[in-house]
Amino acid sequence: MEIKIHASFLPHTDPEESLEFYRDILGFEVRTDVGYGGMRWITVGPVGQPDTSIVLAPPDADPGLTEEERRTIAEMMAKGTYATLVLQTDDLDTLFERLQATDAEVIQEPVDQPYGIRDCAFRDPAGNHIRINQAS
Amino acid sequence: MSSATEAQRLGDLARLRRVKDRIVREYAQPLDVDALARGAHMSSGHLSREFKRAYGESPYGYLMTRRIERAMMLLRRGDQSVTDVCFAVGCQSLGTFSTRFTELVGMPPSVYKERAGDATIGIPSCVAKQVTRPIRNREASPTSST
Repeated sequence: MEIKIHASFLPHTDPEESLEFYRDILGFEVRTDVGYGGMRWITVGPVGQPDTSIVLAPPDADPGLTEEERRTIAEMMAKGTYATLVLQTDDLDTLFERLQATDAEVIQEPVDQPYGIRDCAFRDPAGNHIRINQAS
Repeated sequence: MSSATEAQRLGDLARLRRVKDRIVREYAQPLDVDALARGAHMSSGHLSREFKRAYGESPYGYLMTRRIERAMMLLRRGDQSVTDVCFAVGCQSLGTFSTRFTELVGMPPSVYKERAGDATIGIPSCVAKQVTRPIRNREASPTSST
C-alpha cells in the first residue's frame, strides 16, 4: 500500500495576492479555482507533480469556529505565527533571486545551516512562513 | 470589535511581524531597538510595548535570543572561539553576550562549547531550529516545570 500526500491547506487573506505569489512567482499551476459564498479555494501545485497539491483556502470557512477563534487565527496569520510550508528546489539561489526581485518579504537569505542544509525563507502574502531547502 | 478596528489591529500586527522578520534576517548586523523602530515608523517605546504584547518578549529580548540561538549552533559546530562567535552573531560586547547566554542556556558559552555534541543530527531542520531555540522558560526554576 502506498500513501501519498494529496493535498494540504494553506490559508489566504487575499486570494488574488496569494494566486500571484504561487502561480506567477513560484510558477505553480492552478488546478482548480472554486468560489462559494464569497470565498475561494484555489488548488495549486508544481508543474509535473499532479499528485500533490496545496489548497489556498479561506481560514475562517469552517462553521464550527467561534468568533474568538476566527479573530485569533486572523491575528496569528498577521503576526506570522500560524502556518508554515517547506519547499525544496534544485536551484535555491536562482529561486531566491527571483523571489527577492518581487514584493515578497524575505525572512532569511540563503544560508548553509550548521545542521547540514542550505535554505532561505519568505512570507507569502498571507503571512505564511515559506521555507525553501536546496535539494542535496 | 468593529471590522475597521479589527483591520487596523491586523495591520499593526503585520508591521510587528515585519520587525520580527527583520530581526531574524539582520540579527548579525549592529541592530538595536531604535533602528528597528525607525524602520517601522514607530517610537522605540511604542514598538517595545506592542512587540512584547504580540510576541511575549521585547524586541531587544527577541534579538538577543536570536543571537544566542545562532551562537549555540556555531559553538556546537566547534570551529570558532567564543569571542569570534560573539561578534559573528552581532553582539558588540563579550560581557553582555556571556551574561545573556548564561541566563538563557544555563551555562557560560565556554562550557557549552566544551559539552556540545551533535545532538540534533537526523532531526528535520525546522524542528531542530525550534527545539534548540533558547527559551525564556529555562530561566525559570527547574522545580516550576511539570
